[in-house]
Amino acid sequence: MALAREHEMHKRRSGRNIGLAMVLLAFIALVFGLTIAKVSGGGTIEAFDHSYRPALDPATAIPMQE
Amino acid sequence: MTDIRADFTQARQPEAEFGDYVALLKPRVMTLVVFTALSGLLVAPGGLHWVEGLAAIIFIALGGGASGALNMWWDADIDAVMKRTVKRPIPAGKVTEGEAFAIGMTLSAISVIMLWLATNALAGALLAFTIFFYVVIYSMWLKRATPQNIVIGGAAGAFPPMIGWAAVTGNVSMEACLMFLLIFMWTPPHFWALALFMKSDYHEAKVPMLTVTHGRRATRTHILAYTVALLPVAVATGLTSIGGPVYMAAALWMSLGFLMGAWDIWKRDEAQAEADNYATEKRVFRFSLYYLFILFGALIAEKALRILPAYADFADRFNLLGVF
Repeated sequence: MALAREHEMHKRRSGRNIGLAMVLLAFIALVFGLTIAKVSGGGTIEAFDHSYRPALDPATAIPMQE
Repeated sequence: MTDIRADFTQARQPEAEFGDYVALLKPRVMTLVVFTALSGLLVAPGGLHWVEGLAAIIFIALGGGASGALNMWWDADIDAVMKRTVKRPIPAGKVTEGEAFAIGMTLSAISVIMLWLATNALAGALLAFTIFFYVVIYSMWLKRATPQNIVIGGAAGAFPPMIGWAAVTGNVSMEACLMFLLIFMWTPPHFWALALFMKSDYHEAKVPMLTVTHGRRATRTHILAYTVALLPVAVATGLTSIGGPVYMAAALWMSLGFLMGAWDIWKRDEAQAEADNYATEKRVFRFSLYYLFILFGALIAEKALRILPAYADFADRFNLLGVF
C-alpha cells in the first residue's frame, strides 16, 4: 500500500508552510533593508567604549572628505 | 496481537489554512489602521527613510493584528453567539483558542520591539500601550461591563496616527492629539449606527451595548450628540500646521453630511427603521467609513500640496492654533 497518499490535510499543511516561508522571507528582507537604511542614514556607528580616541573628539576630529 | 492503525483520513478537527491565521488578525480593521498610521507618518514634519517608514507601517499594522488575535481569543464565547462573528476562525473551529493567544502574544512582542528598533522608543511604547488598551481595558474589562465600552475602547483605534506621527518626530504634539481625537469622537456614532441594524446580535451575546442597556431611542440621541461633538474636532485639526484649505473644505463638507445623516437617524423611530430595513442607519454607517478616509486623505493631500511654495504660504494662514 502506498503511504504517500495525498490528502486534503496535506494540501492545507503545504499552504501553511509556503505562507509561513513567505512571511519569514519578507521579514528577513525587511530587517536587511532596515539595516542598510540605518547604516546609510549616517547614524553613529563608532560609539564611546571607555578609551579615548581622537576621532570621537569634535575638537580634534578631521572632517570627512566629501 | 496489537493492531495499531494510523488513520490519516480522519483528522480530529479541521486543520487551519494559512488564511485562517490571517483572518485572526482582522485584516479589514487593519486597513483602517494602516491608512490612519500612514497619514500620521506622512503629515508629520521631517521624514523617515522610506524603508523605515515601510517598516513602521508594517509593524503598526502587525501590532493591530496581534491585538485583533488576542481579542478573538478572549471573546471566542461572544463571537460564537453573534451572527456577524460566528464565522471567525475560533468559533468556526479552525483555530484553537491557545493558538490565537500564542499568535497574538508573539506578534505583539515582535511588532513592539521591531517598531522601537525601526523608529524610536516612544512609537514602540505607544504601540505597546495600544495593544494593552485594546485587549485588557476594552476586551477584558469595558466591553462586558459598561454601555460606554465603545466610547472608551475607541481610543485603541485612535492611536495609529499618533504612533505614525511619533515614529517620525519622536514626540506627540497637538496635531497628533487632534488626529487621535478625530478617530476617538468618530468611533461611537460609527459603531452605534452598526448596533442599530445588527439589533439582535449584541442582545443575544449579552454585550451591554447602548442599544441593549438604554434603548434604541437613547442610542439615536447619542449618535447625534457625538456627531455634533465631532465637528469642532474636525475643524480644529484644520487650524493646525497639518491643515489647510483642502482639508478644511473636506472636513466641513463631510461633517455636514455626517450631521445630516445623524439627524436623519435621530428623527426616525423603530417602526420607520423596520419598514425600510434600517436603510438610513446602513447609509450613515457606510458614510462614516468614507468620512474618516476622506478626512485623513485630505490631510495627506495638504502635505503633498505644500510642496508648492505659494500653496504652503496660503495654507499657513489656516494654522491659527499654532500660536498655542
